[in-house]
Parts: sequence; structure tokens; C-alpha cells
Amino acid sequence: MNFYESLRTALSSLTANKLRSILTMLGVIIGVAAVVSMVSLGQGTRMQITEQIGELGSNVLTVVPGRTRPRPGMAVQAAQPSRDFNYQMYSDLKHMVEEEYIPDIIRVGSEINSSSIVTFQRENIRSTVVGTTPNYPDIQNFFPQTGRFFTSFELENASRVIVLGKTVAEELFGTSTNALGKNVRVGNVSFTIIGVMEPKSAFGRDLGDRVFVPITTAQRRLTGVRTIQSITVQTATAADTRPVTSYIEGFFTRRLGGDDQYSIINQQDILDTIDQVTGTVTLLLAGITGISLLVGGIGIMNIMLVSVTERTREIGLRKAIGARPSDIMTQFIIESSTLSGLGGIIGIMLGVLGSIVISRLSDMTTLVSLESAVIAFLVAVGVGLFFGIFPARRASRLDPITALRYE
Amino acid sequence: MKENQLNVPVIRIDSISKVYRGEGFEVHALREVSFNVEKGDFVAVMGPSGSGKSTLLNILGCLDRPTSGTYFIEGEAVSKLNEKALARTRNRRIGFVFQSFNLLPRLTAFQNVELPLIYKGIGRSTRTEVVRRYLGAVGLADRMENRPNQLSGGQVQRVAIARALVNEPSIILADEPTGNLDSRSGEEVMKIFQDFNDQGKTIILVTHEDDIARHARRILKFRDGSLIADEVVNERLRADDRIQEIEENEHVQEAEMAQ
Repeated sequence: MNFYESLRTALSSLTANKLRSILTMLGVIIGVAAVVSMVSLGQGTRMQITEQIGELGSNVLTVVPGRTRPRPGMAVQAAQPSRDFNYQMYSDLKHMVEEEYIPDIIRVGSEINSSSIVTFQRENIRSTVVGTTPNYPDIQNFFPQTGRFFTSFELENASRVIVLGKTVAEELFGTSTNALGKNVRVGNVSFTIIGVMEPKSAFGRDLGDRVFVPITTAQRRLTGVRTIQSITVQTATAADTRPVTSYIEGFFTRRLGGDDQYSIINQQDILDTIDQVTGTVTLLLAGITGISLLVGGIGIMNIMLVSVTERTREIGLRKAIGARPSDIMTQFIIESSTLSGLGGIIGIMLGVLGSIVISRLSDMTTLVSLESAVIAFLVAVGVGLFFGIFPARRASRLDPITALRYE
Repeated sequence: MKENQLNVPVIRIDSISKVYRGEGFEVHALREVSFNVEKGDFVAVMGPSGSGKSTLLNILGCLDRPTSGTYFIEGEAVSKLNEKALARTRNRRIGFVFQSFNLLPRLTAFQNVELPLIYKGIGRSTRTEVVRRYLGAVGLADRMENRPNQLSGGQVQRVAIARALVNEPSIILADEPTGNLDSRSGEEVMKIFQDFNDQGKTIILVTHEDDIARHARRILKFRDGSLIADEVVNERLRADDRIQEIEENEHVQEAEMAQ
């Protein structure tokens, strides 16, 4: 008996018991759908987080004064930041990079943040004033939409120029093009608007509420503080961040008089950690939902055993007219794997539908990969094969005489 | 060579015994039974229940193995074959007709008759042709697409006979094939057996009805597991005549009813 005939026989006996076949499949359908939708949720979350960290600027090391707790990304400022962590130190580091004393670094920037009121005529808005360097857009991957960012010349002269975040510009001027060339006041200092940034958010937080001025201007005209809050170093590739870390460690330790005076935050480290965590969560979700697939498989085995008992006389008759044990075995295994395979296909479709519904109804991102669908399907068929073997063996070993006499 | 083959009996049973052993009991279902069946013979096996005739039929049909003794089909010792070879023997050399649960209820008459051909590995077009031919031969050409529950008892048995014949087996084994039928349907089934026997098919039929047994050419009688008589049927009943008789009786009854 060839495979095609076995398939035909198996299908005809499955369609003879439609309701039972569908109910049996339901176990596998639910299992596969759960696996597919949960894994898509895990992978979606992972993709979302990775993307957002990527948007913050890739291959970036951030040096901040003080020591960080050994928790990724959580900086704790030292009680009294070193006075040496200032613009001069930034200039020296920049100089060394430009002279190629420190290799593999493509950009060095610095930042100082404060909160202030930005006023245009009678409109005002509270904003984060970011004093920074002209290479900020390149490092942070965050560019002006209209106008321009400030230049090195304006940095050196501590010019009173300002780039507004999208939200700030729209609050004060309605549209960003209206803002160009106008004057706004930050605190009591008047600035000329030279650009408006593109819209951007990170981790669900709007970055459009920021305004950008040269770091020198911020220090001299706004805060009067000589220290800076962070120095960012961008390397050419992600692989460069580790050697560069050790280079700049030497520099900062020497300048600040100890390695407890600063911390280096590596984007890649954060990325790796988050990747690992979301990966584990995805695996956990797959594992938990995989158990429901296992339960579905046991359901198949149960029904196949009932089916073997019910069809004892059929098996006897088939044997009497020449079915080999392997013919009987094939017939039952095909039945169980057809149930699970069909259940797997329906389950994948429901799982994809489910993940679309999840992403529509909540703000969670889902990502259905072909890989996870294929694996879920293969596991489902495997479950059918595995749990079909025992009933099929039992059927194939039935003694034909006993089977024929069975009432 | 050909002559030699003709001389080999289809079935040769050589002092076969079957003992069922359980805890503290031993049942001798067959005791040292020996006989031959020549090609073209029509043998009725008779005996009361417990005489061993069912056990004999199971052994003849390769569904069971004897405890001792040897069994040859066309000169080949089948008592030594493995499970797979036995399945092959059942498929190609033996055609079964049972008393009840003969057909798979889910399948049509056509599909039921097709089964032995599928297990033999015959291609679809050949199968269709062979199945049509045999269903036609048992007078059911117009019932091919009916399921067993849409057929009468006699028709079910005729489908079963067609299924027993499709692989051109060496022997047809029938286990009380008329047991569940009224006398007219029974005669119709016997007529088909007689017709095929006239064409040279070898048939072994188990029955406990004298009337049915007398359709055969030879009767083997069993009691307590032993063969006690091996007789040639002198005044053989012809199913054709019996059907005519029954029809005449019906007419007489109808006429009486009318009066």
C-alpha cells in the first residue's frame, strides 16, 4: 500500500468523524496559536527596544562624572562632581582625538542640561535647554528638519543662537518655518532661532520639548557653571567601543585623579543586556505556551487510542484481507499527524491574527517571524507523529482473530 | 512441470493440532487433523459449535498458527512464514467471506472490493476495471456507490464474495456466509459460490446447516477437534433449483392469500 493510498484512507476516516476530528485539532490549534502570538509579542518587544536604543545613537560611549551602580544605564552622580570634569577637559580630549593620539573615535561631544522657560512675545513653555557641541545631530542621530544646527564658529564665540525642538516650535509659533529667524528668550537672554529639529521620541518620551544652544553659550550666559554633565564618544563600529573604552579610561583616570570619579556607559552593553532579557522572556513565553501544545498532543493520543479500540474489527478485517502491520501503522500515524498538521496550519493563521489584534488593541509591538511559524508547525506535526506512534503500534499489533471477534 | 503443479493439492493439512493453554486448563481445539483439498473442489466443513471448525478456518486463513503439524498452500509451507509474509499470503492466496461485519461501513461497495487490490499495490485504473468486473459478476453493477447500510444482507455478502475474489486467490474461505440471511438470499449467495466453483475456483465453506452443506461437492465433519467423516455429496443441491422452488412456493402462498 503506497503513501497516497494510506493518506486517502486516513483522510476518509477523519472526515467520517468530523466533530471529533475538529475537537481533537482544537488542542493543537490553541497550542500553536498561543506559541505563535506569544513569541511574536516577545520578538516585537525586543525589536522595539533595540530600535529605540539604536535611535539614541549607535556606537556611543557616554562618560559622566561620578560612579554608577552596577546596574545598566542607571547613573548615580557622585556627591560632589569633580571640578575638572569641565569644558577644558572636553577640548583636550577632542584635541587628542583630532591629533589621533586616541584611535578609532570619530566624534567627541559634550552636553550640559538645564531646565528653563522659553518665551516668545507672550507665549512661553518650560523646556530642557541642552548645551552641546555642533556634532550632536550626528552622534545622537537626531537632525534639524528646517534651518540648521549651530557651527563650531558659533560654539567658539558662544553665540546666542538656538535650535528648537519640534514641539517647542509648534507651541510658540504654530509651524516650524514661522520660527526661523525670530528671537526667543531663554530666561533673560535673547537667542536667534536658526533651526527646528525633526520630530523624535525615545522610549515613548517626546524629545521635541528640548532646545539646543552651544555648550559655551549655556555655560557663560545661562547657568554660569564651569563643569559639564557628560562627554559622549562615538566610534566607527560597535566592535570599536571596547578598545576605545580602555583608551579613554586612561585619559579620564589621569585627568580626574581616580577611576571612581567618572563612569563610562556603553550603549552596546545596554543593548546586549536588554537583548538577553527579552530573549529569555520570549523563550519563557514559548516554553509556557509550548506546554499547551503538549497537552494538545496528549489529546490526540487519547483520541487515537479510542479510535483504535473503536475500530478493532476494522483493523481485523483489513488484516484478514492482507494489510501488513506496517500498513495499519502508517494509516494511524498519518491520521494523527494529519490532525496535528492541519491543526498547526490553522493555529498559525489564528496566531498571526491574534498578534495583529494584540498590537491593534494595545501599544505593544508584535513581530511574526517566518521562523517561529515554521518551527511551531514542525513541532505540531512532530507532536502528532510522536503521540500517534503508541496508538498506531497498538493497532498494528492487534491479533486479527481477536480483532474480528471483538464486539 | 505444469503437470506436476496440477498434481499438488491447493491445501495440504498434515496432522495439525491446536491447543489453547491457560492457567489450569488445556483445550484441544484440533487433534491431529489431516486432509487435502484439490484445485476446483468445493468443501463444506460441518460440526457443532466447539468442534474446532472455526479454529480450522482461522488456520487455513493464515490468521492463526497451529500448535503442531504443517500446512501447505500450493506446496508452500505457510506455518513457518513471518507476519509480513502471512499478510501477503492472506492478500494473494486467500479470499475471506465472514458471517457478519464483512464490509467497512464507511466505504462504498466499490471501495470495499477495491481494498485487497490496494494492499496488493495495484494501480488505480486496473483496480477500477477489476472491481467493476467482479461486482458485475455478483450482480451488483448498479450498487457500486452504495454503502453497506444501503444494501440488503444478501447484497452485502455478494459484495464480500466479490472482494474475496478480486485478487484471484487460490482458495475462498467462507465462515457461515448464509448464517444471517433468509433462505432466498442464502440460496442466491450459494448460487454465486456454485457458479464460481463451476469456473474452477476452490471454495471451503464452514456451516452447520445440512441444506447449505449439500451445495458443496464434499463434506468434512468435525467433532471435538477431530475429523470424523469425509464424504462426497451424492445428491448435490443446485441453488438454481432451490431458488425456483422458493419462487414457486411464494406464488402458491400468494395465490392462497388471494383466495
